[in-house]
Amino acid sequence: MPDQAADESTGRARLVAALRRPTSRSQLTAGVLLGVLGFAAVVQMHSSDQADRYAGASQEDLIQLINAQAVAEERVEDQIAALEATRNELEGHTADTEVALELARRQASALGILTGTSPAVGPGIEVAVDGPPLSVGSQELVSGIQELRSAGAEAMQVNGVVRLVGSSSIVDGPGDSVIIDGTQVAAPFLIEAIGNAAALEKAVFFPDGFAEDIESADGEVSVRRLNRVEITSTRTVSPPQYAEPVPEG
Amino acid sequence: MIGAIGLALGILLGFVLEPDVPFWMEPYLPIAVVAALDAVFGALRAFLDGIFDDKVFVVSFVSNVLIAALIVYLGDQLGVGGQLSTGVIVVLGIRIFSNVAAIRRHLFHA
Repeated sequence: MPDQAADESTGRARLVAALRRPTSRSQLTAGVLLGVLGFAAVVQMHSSDQADRYAGASQEDLIQLINAQAVAEERVEDQIAALEATRNELEGHTADTEVALELARRQASALGILTGTSPAVGPGIEVAVDGPPLSVGSQELVSGIQELRSAGAEAMQVNGVVRLVGSSSIVDGPGDSVIIDGTQVAAPFLIEAIGNAAALEKAVFFPDGFAEDIESADGEVSVRRLNRVEITSTRTVSPPQYAEPVPEG
Repeated sequence: MIGAIGLALGILLGFVLEPDVPFWMEPYLPIAVVAALDAVFGALRAFLDGIFDDKVFVVSFVSNVLIAALIVYLGDQLGVGGQLSTGVIVVLGIRIFSNVAAIRRHLFHA
């Protein structure tokens, strides 16, 4: 290296000279490279402005970020699967409950007709019984009702006010009347029964049966087949006090 | 003079075009810029020392950029990309500071 002081002054002088006289191959080269540098620097600044969160991150950091995302996604997917399973289960439960409810409803309506707690409607017959005073008593009525029941009568009522069920009792009342389940019913009697009309009619006119019984006492029995018999009277059933259902299984 | 014009032109171009950095270039560009900066300051010092040679400048500029990119690439492959980048930046920063100190001594005699 030459003399220090002389070098310094010439260095400064060279710079001033270069700034004043700008045409030379070396200056052109430097200009091009400086241009490239400026361009790259600006582009880099711009891009790191854009994505400053991930631009400086190394490959491992990015992989870690991606892994974290994957783990989070897996967890969320697990949650989705669990929730979907729960939803399906609940839907299954609801369907089961609805089926059970429907079954119970059907059973209840069948039992309602059987026990007389609900009104019933259907094809059947209407039996009108009339006769001279004191010719028709509880005995005749009971046998007639029994025959109707054996012929498959599903629901019956007398004079539109008393429902006849399995536990109904009939006793003679004062004068020309009977007492059915505590309700006084007076002649003439009208028994309405739902069932197979032909079979029921046959049961009434059975030889030595109900009709002949009444007629032998100078009474009169007439039967009308109806497509629609409405049994509107009902009875209330109190829950059994002593009997309990035997548990299944 | 042309150098100053070229620098201004490059900066202007960058601002006007606002190109996105290509994906494959993303990890290398910042280091490359610092390496190029080092080459430029080295060249300015050489110019003031009176030993500037444009051929040497071009070679040092290009090789600086390439080596910086290579080191970053190697670091990424070895799994120490972040640390190696930091090391390169530190070394280049020290060189830039020493070059600038020499330039300052030339221009201000201080």
